[in-house]
Amino acid sequence: MAMKDKPDNIFMTTLDAAASWARSNSLWPMPFATACCGIELMATASSRFDLARFGAEVMRFSPRQCDLMIVAGRVVMKMLPVLQRIWLQMPEPKWCISMGACACTGGVFDTYAVVQGVDRFIPVDLYVPGCPPRPEQLMAGIIALQDKIRHGGTLNGTEFAKRDQSNGPTPYDSDELIRIREANEKLISLN
Amino acid sequence: MSTAEALKAKFPEDELVFSEFRDNHRVAVPAAKLMPILSMLKSECGFDMLAELTAVDYLEYEGATDRFGVVYVLLNNTSGERLILKTFVNDPNPSLPSVYSLWKSADWLEREVYDMFGITFAGHPDLRRILMPDEFTAFPLRKDYPLKGRGERHNFPIVTRADS
Repeated sequence: MAMKDKPDNIFMTTLDAAASWARSNSLWPMPFATACCGIELMATASSRFDLARFGAEVMRFSPRQCDLMIVAGRVVMKMLPVLQRIWLQMPEPKWCISMGACACTGGVFDTYAVVQGVDRFIPVDLYVPGCPPRPEQLMAGIIALQDKIRHGGTLNGTEFAKRDQSNGPTPYDSDELIRIREANEKLISLN
Repeated sequence: MSTAEALKAKFPEDELVFSEFRDNHRVAVPAAKLMPILSMLKSECGFDMLAELTAVDYLEYEGATDRFGVVYVLLNNTSGERLILKTFVNDPNPSLPSVYSLWKSADWLEREVYDMFGITFAGHPDLRRILMPDEFTAFPLRKDYPLKGRGERHNFPIVTRADS
């Protein structure tokens, strides 16, 4: 429905697109930095790489003021309830980036204490691989997230309400169950 | 008089096993004599600092006769002398007297050994888990505990995007 004879300084859009455009260019990250990825995250925000060019430089350490959680580093089982609580405290609309191999999959830390990917327990919008990722990679991730917000974001967040299933792996995959059973059998044979 | 000579003068020599590796001086002592030996080392030999307290699980270890070894690393701040003292405890209910009364640094160190190995320290003022969550039931550095755990790391509620 193109409007004929409209003045040059008027443009037509939808409310959803306008809101998403504004949100995508003003992301306020919540740095959940627990390991070496946090150092790269700091470098990304500093002058050399300058995350401010993409409107995401305002790192806040209060989840109440943020709309982008960047999980940078391994999350141990004692930290996970804290992570979930911080995520729940962030106001809508909000997004989550899982930064680095440990946050995405547990990385090399396949031990009893380390959660094997935060996407098992909180929703993740975007994964940034690397160990740790270079600042360029994180910026590419943030640009990709901005793109994702612009295409498909809605004013009242209806796209979030559709995501009622976890997009991570199930907590107990078959390998894990087999391994637990073998460990218990070994324990019985030892005692 | 060296520390070894002082120990030998006060305690029966056949109960103490001395060994050396490079500049490490080590002595293995029976668990029953631990407190008298440690208090003598503090009061008479000047070991005024407990630098480290840790444990080793010897389950399935070749030639080992005891289940757990508990290691005390003592430091004499006047002479710079270090002494590594080792004692052994066994299942069930591995337990040792707490050395909190001698060195305050034993507080968190003993909590860590309790958390990781399940060795209790009688007389400790506040023997709680220090690293693992309070509701954790296993002792993860024991050799019969699987490296990847028994599923504790997956035992959390799942927060989906719709309900957050």
